[in-house]
Amino acid sequence: MLRIDLDICIGCGVCEETCSFGAITLEDGEPRVDDSCNFCGACVDVCEVEAITIEREEKAARADLSEWSGVWVFAEFRNKRIAPVAFELLGAGRRLADQLGVSLSAVLMGSGLDGHAESLIGYGADTVYRVDHPALAHFTDDAYGNVLEDLVREHKPEIVLAGATAIGRSFIPRVATTVDAGLTADCTGLEIREEDGALLQTRPAFGGNIMATIICPHTRPQMATVRPMVMRPNEFDSDRQGEIIDVIPDANRLESRVRVLRSVMEEQDKVNITEADIVVAGGRGLENEKGFALLHELADLVGGAVAASRAAVDSGWVSYPHQVGQTGKTVCPKVYIACGISGAIQHVVGMQSSDTIIAINKDPDAPIFDVATCGVVGDIFEILPQLLEKLKARKGK
Amino acid sequence: MKIVVCIKQVPDAKDVRLDPKTNTLAREGVASIMNPYDRHALEAGVCLKEQYGGTVTVLTMGPPQAEEVLRDAVACGADEAILVSDRAFAGADTWATTYTLAKAIEKLDGYDLVLCGKQAIDGDTAQVGPGLAQRLNIPYITYARKINECTREVIRLERMTDDGYDEVEMDLPALLTVVKEINEPRIPSLKGKMKAKKLQITTYTAADLKADPNCLGLKGSPTQVARVFSPEMRGDRSMITGTVAEQVEQLFEKLEDCLS
Ligand SMILES: Cc1cc2nc3c(=O)[nH]c(=O)nc-3n(C[C@H](O)[C@H](O)[C@H](O)COP(=O)(O)OP(=O)(O)OC[C@H]3O[C@@H](n4cnc5c(N)ncnc54)[C@H](O)[C@@H]3O)c2cc1C
Ligand SMILES: Nc1ncnc2c1ncn2[C@@H]1O[C@H](COP(=O)(O)O)[C@@H](O)[C@H]1O
Repeated sequence: MLRIDLDICIGCGVCEETCSFGAITLEDGEPRVDDSCNFCGACVDVCEVEAITIEREEKAARADLSEWSGVWVFAEFRNKRIAPVAFELLGAGRRLADQLGVSLSAVLMGSGLDGHAESLIGYGADTVYRVDHPALAHFTDDAYGNVLEDLVREHKPEIVLAGATAIGRSFIPRVATTVDAGLTADCTGLEIREEDGALLQTRPAFGGNIMATIICPHTRPQMATVRPMVMRPNEFDSDRQGEIIDVIPDANRLESRVRVLRSVMEEQDKVNITEADIVVAGGRGLENEKGFALLHELADLVGGAVAASRAAVDSGWVSYPHQVGQTGKTVCPKVYIACGISGAIQHVVGMQSSDTIIAINKDPDAPIFDVATCGVVGDIFEILPQLLEKLKARKGK
Repeated sequence: MKIVVCIKQVPDAKDVRLDPKTNTLAREGVASIMNPYDRHALEAGVCLKEQYGGTVTVLTMGPPQAEEVLRDAVACGADEAILVSDRAFAGADTWATTYTLAKAIEKLDGYDLVLCGKQAIDGDTAQVGPGLAQRLNIPYITYARKINECTREVIRLERMTDDGYDEVEMDLPALLTVVKEINEPRIPSLKGKMKAKKLQITTYTAADLKADPNCLGLKGSPTQVARVFSPEMRGDRSMITGTVAEQVEQLFEKLEDCLS
């Protein structure tokens, strides 16, 4: 229940303005809450006189939280390799586990896993639960879900993390439902709360317009899918020691009601923007395909990949696999060069952790300059051609 | 074939903007729309009905005004509409939402296929589809981009993966979540609009569903929102100034540092 103490309320209306659900309206200077309230707490935070509180009735039966311990990472294995996000999760998971003083485990499932569990240890896992079985060769929600569910029930980890990939976002919700755990989707931040060791899971909502921090106070495990390319992996350490435990699931738990008839890899784009060290990105400011030709030239000269804002993709100047942002890819290159991109939050979430961000924009107030480590106010059609000349001369040398 | 489509009313994300002065969400003029992905789920359902016969029932859990999206869906070809609405449902996270939707679907007179959108654009979780299938104890496929074949017993389709697609099949009853690529949604017909106007909407309350109050709404939700805030910008605004030639020179030096 959202409670507004009318004795304290001064009728300033800030709560009404803040509510993104339109759930609060001021009538005769008194705020009223309707059914569309989502209990997000935004009004509680902005109320200067602290008149608003959220009262939560707690569930009668609570799980004994102390039985649950350890941090787990689901290590996605696809097309004969571990998905890079698994190493990123081990980096984040190591940090969380060390802070909590518990161990970090990885769950590796698939078929033909020889040699892969060791790399998970090198990246930070203390224990690897390895489930190597032909029935797991193709991903199915049923088999992957059953196996992870059984392991979670048996070992009771307090935190379970998985990549927010097509696979993670498909079967993790199923596991969370069966074990009655809370699940936070597509997180971009993970912290441990000092006071009680709760996992603070931060994620964008409303297409990136707001950030929300989610907690699961009364249930375990605390489960989250995490966006690829946001967390940093630790350095690989071939000397790290860890334990590999082979798990043999019951045959009936490996059955799937979904049958995979064929798995097709589609031709990947020539350059994968998520793997490039230098990303050269263009937006609506490039005006047309010709503008993008300049960008391609720049990319070739510096050995980078071409990316784009959604506006540029929607205009048809480049294809969707090049899109960076909330509804595109997240990238984290050494250098990100943004040309004619305004820096809408939906774009920025996909590139803000790049080491160096260079922005060229003719509008000095463009929000892209708020994230740029090096901003240039100017016209790209003047700056880029001159820069290209210089780079060509350098190459010629 | 009995098809159920789960639709959600959401604020139009295009309009949800931060007010730079107050740093809060400006909701002035934010329209409520049918979640765009659910429109594709609805279209898929109506197409299957047209091909194989049957009925399409749309279902939404939300406040009374969510009725609007149900009428919209009927105008686009749905036959029946159910509003799952009760104050007790308010504040539900995906765990409590799937509990409630499953109760509502189990109350229906049977079903062969449940269709959901890939995700709702307000929360962007994409968790309701898989969670709902689990509660109904039926197989499911996420990211469906093409239905190749559907009989009374089995459905064959393509599921998008991170690097291509899988061809998969499963027995009915089953659940799908669909991506935009699956179809081009139709616009409402005149006849549909007339029908939508006259439509009798069935409402299910918590009591109708015989739901466990401990599993509903805010109280039944394992996740809690601890804080909402505006995304932060790094914000050091370090700028290169001067004439164009000077700017280019500095930019070039900067790049050389990075390249070497
Ligand atoms: C739900 C949702 C999801 C979204 N997801 C994404 C996403 O994943 N990725 C994404 O990028 N966007 C996304 N968007 C869109 C985003 O909000 C912006 O609309 C988009 O990023 C704007 O692209 P832009 O910067 O190229 O264009 P604009 O905002 O039009 O900016 C163009 C910029 O170019 C500058 N300019 C123009 N001419 C010149 C010149 N000659 N020289 C120098 N500068 C020049 C202008 O000053 C301006 O700043 C999303 C939006 C929503 C609602
Ligand atoms: N309150 C709701 N009522 C009906 N369907 C819903 C509701 N919430 C989510 N859905 C369905 O579940 C899908 C995924 O939503 P979400 O998990 O919230 O991203 C949506 O596209 C809808 O099809």
